[in-house]
Amino acid sequence: MSTSAPSPAELDNFRREVADWFTKNKPKDPGFLLPQSFMEVGTDEQFYFLRDWQKKIYEAGYLGMAWPKEYGGGGKPQALQDIVTREMVKQKLPFMTNTIGLNWAGPLILNMGTEEQKKAYIPGILSADDIWCQGFSEPDHGSDLGNAQLKATRDGNEFVLNGSKIWTSLGRHAKYMILLARTNPNTNNKYEGLSFFLIPMKIPGIEVQPIKKLTGEYGFNQTFFTDARISESCLIGKEGGGWAVALATLAFERGAVGGQAGGHSMMSKHVSEVVTLAKTAKRNGKPAIEDPVIRDRLLQFIIEERSQALNMSRGRIKALNQERPGSLAMSGKLAGSEYQRRLNQFALSLQGANAAYYVGDPLAIDGGLWQRSYFNAFSATIGGGTSEVQHNIIGERVLGLPKS
Amino acid sequence: MLDTNKKPTILFSDEQEQLLEVATNFCRDKFPMNETRKRIEAKEDLSQALWDEMASLGWLGIAIPEEFGGSGLTLAEVVTVVEPMGEYLAGTPVVATTLAAQALLVAGTSAQKETWLPKICEGTIATLALSEPSGDWTLNAPDATATRSDDTLTLKGTKTFVTDAASAAFIIASVKLDGKAALVLIERASLKNVTREIVIDETRRSYRIILDGITLPASALLDMTKTESALAHIDLAACLLLSAEACGGANGAINVIVEYLKTRKQFERYIGSYQALKHPTVDALLAMEAARSHLYYAATMFGQSVEGEVAVRMAKATSSDALSFASDRAIQFHGGFGFTYDCDAQLYRRRGIWCEAQFGDASHHRAKLAEMLL
Repeated sequence: MSTSAPSPAELDNFRREVADWFTKNKPKDPGFLLPQSFMEVGTDEQFYFLRDWQKKIYEAGYLGMAWPKEYGGGGKPQALQDIVTREMVKQKLPFMTNTIGLNWAGPLILNMGTEEQKKAYIPGILSADDIWCQGFSEPDHGSDLGNAQLKATRDGNEFVLNGSKIWTSLGRHAKYMILLARTNPNTNNKYEGLSFFLIPMKIPGIEVQPIKKLTGEYGFNQTFFTDARISESCLIGKEGGGWAVALATLAFERGAVGGQAGGHSMMSKHVSEVVTLAKTAKRNGKPAIEDPVIRDRLLQFIIEERSQALNMSRGRIKALNQERPGSLAMSGKLAGSEYQRRLNQFALSLQGANAAYYVGDPLAIDGGLWQRSYFNAFSATIGGGTSEVQHNIIGERVLGLPKS
Repeated sequence: MLDTNKKPTILFSDEQEQLLEVATNFCRDKFPMNETRKRIEAKEDLSQALWDEMASLGWLGIAIPEEFGGSGLTLAEVVTVVEPMGEYLAGTPVVATTLAAQALLVAGTSAQKETWLPKICEGTIATLALSEPSGDWTLNAPDATATRSDDTLTLKGTKTFVTDAASAAFIIASVKLDGKAALVLIERASLKNVTREIVIDETRRSYRIILDGITLPASALLDMTKTESALAHIDLAACLLLSAEACGGANGAINVIVEYLKTRKQFERYIGSYQALKHPTVDALLAMEAARSHLYYAATMFGQSVEGEVAVRMAKATSSDALSFASDRAIQFHGGFGFTYDCDAQLYRRRGIWCEAQFGDASHHRAKLAEMLL
């Protein structure tokens, strides 16, 4: 990383340069509805469009800017990358599709990986040549991640994988997977039998089967492992030390720890778009935005959306986090995902009878975007630990409430 | 009007950090719950010794310019003192006196400022008399009147929720004069009919003042050309400080809940292990954290025209809601004990209703925000 922090003037210049570059290079309308996050990439045309877009941004030098140069990063201050990310959100540009690589596998490898692993994996994560997926949840073990049962049985200097992982976003396109597996089924403590691997996907014994989502689209997969053989060099961390690596990965995933490559990973809906909707929707012959109840609800969303931005800002001020230091970082995912779900739900309620249309009908408002994004919002309130589990974690770790 | 791309940034100065630390320790030390309960029963309105200590810490002059004996800081620094007072339910005249000083700073005549501001810095108590029996939150249309004849003003009308009036050296009251709102400074000697009110928050000393028959020299008027801006300023300053009290109060209520959930057992389990109690407690925490972020953003932006007003109203709305929710759940989660006067939960609930009812509740502020933002 660079030693000297950029001056405000340099940051301003850079902001202008980036805004200009994106304005000139933003992709044309592909002619099909794009997904709003990596969890929703359902078709090949969506995938290749998004992969090309990430590659273009990386090649322009606007991704992984703060990652070390020797592994393909830019070696520049994080502040520059943050400017790029903000500009992408601001211009409502498509998201960076290699999310798992950029935001959690990448920082994990940079933090805990061997020199060989860093050299082998980091450049392809940035260029999107190597797509990553995640093998955490299992059909019978969703929220109870520490109970994962997929077997990795040692056979000399190899491990043999048997079992199944589910919700494998990008699984069909992925070259690599971060995998939590059970190397020892006989430990007293369930966490001690787990190990963490970086594994290749295109090997015999691994089969990826798409899952049709509640939206009617694809994006998630179930991955089946039948005597799939991997080298012991795929281990990251110690054999039996996988739980600690998984927790470190989740901290990156939930944004509780920094170090991500940058770029946005999700096209969140903003309350300003719902305000626009409220201006065109009708209630009793008048614009919905004139209805006092709707106005009050809109203000609640406006305030709540700002709460999240302000929590980020206050989270950086140590003196304002003395009593419960982890509180803001640990609650961001819960607050943000539930906010998105409720905001989308409210957007549907504004549409009157037309809320009942769906993607594909010419009269569906915004092409059915709100209906689809309401359904997809559940991926964040369920994935990465359900909101209910998040409540437990915050209650126990931040407030010190008893587990039992 | 709505710019969701602009990243709001909270600023927190070294002075704020120091004051927050000192005030947090002071309040923890001086306002334990048994003391707060003693103060509720006490005959006198305040403990003079404690008040003198707060004055000697310089808390009354924080936002008063140095030329009048203050520290020359801002209300953002006052917030850091008021928040911990809210957490420990301290019922002191700090807020009332600070707001009276703010009224003088915006609209006081030179003579009024020179006479009173240095005294306030040293511990003289003052208060505002803005509310009236109608209960309307609108400040610029008082029913109380002043009529002028020659150089004398004669007052008529009733003012309510005048906190700490019995210990105040003077009050600043709003009245209608020549059809327009005006502010008058009334010294204690001129006050005749001052009655203690029975209010829901028993940590407060609140008074009803009947102005009928009070006569004042015209020099008691604050600058009438500045009444409007003074009332707007007081409105937002009061909201900011009430937000600080409510945020601190929400944290206090959460601590009361957590303490009980960690120690009380039912069916051989700590009740805090039940998700029916654990999850809403986390919701209370998230609401308080959000409110606190709005509070310190409002402190950062205070005085910056539209953005400042938006930030303060958001802080008032979120903090009222946060304290109401946390203290309401605090009663419920204590079960039968929560229904008793002995349980501290009721103290926080009463404080919550007070904070909501003063200077506009959450939906009032959201309605104002809707006018500004939609």
